[in-house]
Amino acid sequence: MIATLGLAALWLAAALAVLQLVGAIVTLRRADNPLGAVVRSVAAVQGGLVAVSFACLIWVFLETDLSVKLVSENSHSLKPLLFKFAATWGNHEGSMLLWVSIMALGGACVALFERRLSEPAMLATLAAQAFVSIGFYAFLLIASNPFARLDPVPAEGRGLNPLLQDTGLAFHPPTLYIGYVGLSIAFSFAVGALITREVSPAFARAMRPWVLGAWIFLTLGIVAGSYWAYYTLGWGGWWFWDPVENASLMPWLAATALLHSVSVLAARNALRAWTVMLGVIAFSMSMVGTFLVRSGVLVSVHAFAVDPLRGQFILALLAINIGAALTVFALRAASISEGERFALASRETALVFNNVMLSGILGIVLVGTLYPLLAEAMGARVSVGPPYFNAASAIFAVPMLLVLCVGPLLGWRRDRLSRLTWKLWLPLAAAISAAAIALTQGVSVLSALGLGLGAALIPASMLPLVGRNLRTAKLPLWGMVTAHLGVGLALIGMASDSAFTREKLIAINVGQTVAVGPWQIKLARIAPVAGPNWTALEAGIEASYDGATPIKLAPQDRAFWAPPQQVNHSALSTRWNGQLYVVLGQQAEDGRWQLRLWWKPFVILIWLGGLMVALGGLLALLGRVASDLRRTIAIDKIAFRRKKQGR
Amino acid sequence: MSGGIKAKHQRLVLVLIALAALIGAGLLAAWALRSQASYFYLPSEMAARPPASDRAVRLGGMVEQGSLKTMPDGVTITFMVSDDKGRVPVRFSGIVPDLFKEGSGVVAEGKRAADGTFVAGNLLAKHDEKYVPREMKDMTDSQAHKTGENVQ
Repeated sequence: MIATLGLAALWLAAALAVLQLVGAIVTLRRADNPLGAVVRSVAAVQGGLVAVSFACLIWVFLETDLSVKLVSENSHSLKPLLFKFAATWGNHEGSMLLWVSIMALGGACVALFERRLSEPAMLATLAAQAFVSIGFYAFLLIASNPFARLDPVPAEGRGLNPLLQDTGLAFHPPTLYIGYVGLSIAFSFAVGALITREVSPAFARAMRPWVLGAWIFLTLGIVAGSYWAYYTLGWGGWWFWDPVENASLMPWLAATALLHSVSVLAARNALRAWTVMLGVIAFSMSMVGTFLVRSGVLVSVHAFAVDPLRGQFILALLAINIGAALTVFALRAASISEGERFALASRETALVFNNVMLSGILGIVLVGTLYPLLAEAMGARVSVGPPYFNAASAIFAVPMLLVLCVGPLLGWRRDRLSRLTWKLWLPLAAAISAAAIALTQGVSVLSALGLGLGAALIPASMLPLVGRNLRTAKLPLWGMVTAHLGVGLALIGMASDSAFTREKLIAINVGQTVAVGPWQIKLARIAPVAGPNWTALEAGIEASYDGATPIKLAPQDRAFWAPPQQVNHSALSTRWNGQLYVVLGQQAEDGRWQLRLWWKPFVILIWLGGLMVALGGLLALLGRVASDLRRTIAIDKIAFRRKKQGR
Repeated sequence: MSGGIKAKHQRLVLVLIALAALIGAGLLAAWALRSQASYFYLPSEMAARPPASDRAVRLGGMVEQGSLKTMPDGVTITFMVSDDKGRVPVRFSGIVPDLFKEGSGVVAEGKRAADGTFVAGNLLAKHDEKYVPREMKDMTDSQAHKTGENVQ
């Protein structure tokens, strides 16, 4: 019943998307067409219908309605409620419905709340959004129906992959998807601006909040995914350059570049064609990422089902959407007039540099991710790993971070570098002393470079506030400072993790104590424990930092029974200056237990920095939305007054 | 842009700079990938063309039946990784992945020591029943059994 309702709502929404596309196109050709009046409402209703459909899927998962194929394959009646809920998107079909839901709700939000765009540009944007949506509706309804039924109904479900049974599943996929799919709005704006030839600062100001919103969620999704992988995989690493990680990094790099170029277009009417191009590229990277992760080209915990038809379908969608957008771009690029000019020493140049370097990193990651797949298609077997990605991306990242220290201090259009020299002594001194101290501690050159850059960025990112009245400083300025500070902190976390981590791998008897870094770790006991759908061996660890009162940790080796699988559950203890990470291994033949211990100074800064980057985006977004609101209210007031006077 | 170059050429200059950077990235990637191209080795390949001892590479194959031994320290294991044409001894210190066992596939990350032993810093075994490292997709269980039988 509920499943049928969900499927019906989905079909209806798909039909409305077609109506939205047709209505917008005919109205663009003949402005007085009556369909034009309903396009916005159609977009809003479409969003509502998909939300209903998604709610229905959540409902059948919460109920564990085993007559729905998807539920019986991915859920189990004994699973904790949180994982019944999150299992909704812990599978291929559900995650594609989540994708379509976000896309439709994003379109509905644009239709309801966007007031800066001209009417034709709005119609063209909603047409582009509908065009992209229709492809994904078709994919969902033809090749990945989430509401498919089973007859006869099985007695019990197969359960969710235990590796996914983690609170991370409740946050990481939805936030990442809002970011991925939110970029479709930037894509539609870019295509809409190309079609109506309205590439202007007003267009950039209209697009900016949507880009910011998507970028914030993308950042949060990547941070959440990185931390989840860090504590769940038990390897003590936080980034593996795995293709599925790269799939999320590539849209982020493009969106970060877009975020910076869109502010050049908004403030200075420069980088016009480039900004539009980035809008197309950013969402294209989202689709490439989805193709890589969901098509079965890569086999990983993220690829839920390997079905060649689905891969071909996504590849076709990718080709059609990117091809169509690039065709529109090629047709209209010549008509985009050149933007305002600027001097070599100017904010614009710094931002262009940022964009070029980010594109360089994007190219490095894209080539490194696709090359093994292409090589394999031609019969060669190749792995590309961290040695390539670290070295090649650092070549672009280091100059970019250096310019980041200076860029925000430069004025628009024309500035003098000599004006800044006195301001830069503090970051420079911080960088040199941090790197020098690190090198005397025997740290590797790359880590010392990271520590030095991070140490420079922390004061440098705050310099734009110097000499300003902090009370009147605008929110977007605070946002920029916060985000750049976050970059510095994250960099220090990364460098510190690779430079100062202490690791101990040992087999000890119960009652024995072992030292790692400043910690004394005692294995007090081993005991069996049971959870709702697993049993485990749990180690009782008493850890004392530098002689202080011991704290208790309880790493586990869990055995799930639906489906049957062993999963290692690490234990973490966070202090202000680092994190203790404990993994329980197996029992050796002589009765000793394997323990793997890490003391990771300042590792938590990686994710705190990442959160600050997202917070910076949020502050900027709030500032922009507030000033948009004030503008809208003022315009309404003027219109109201004119009306009154006219009467 | 300021100074020598005429302002009206700015767009051209910007495009050229961007192109130069992107081509640079492409060349850099190609160059770096060329030296990485044989980053993945099968046991037979490693025997035939051993990688330099300072290079981090991946070795993928099947864990031979009966070859897994634990050293006295309780955390170091040794085993043989083999394909149908060759075998390489591997040493690993660490907590083995939950699905690591004799007769199943493994990808080891590490370096080749002077004595020919592969010293692994990391083992990638299956994440779950469905997960197989990409390089090992075409190694089926039947192959694994065959490898095991050949050794016995």
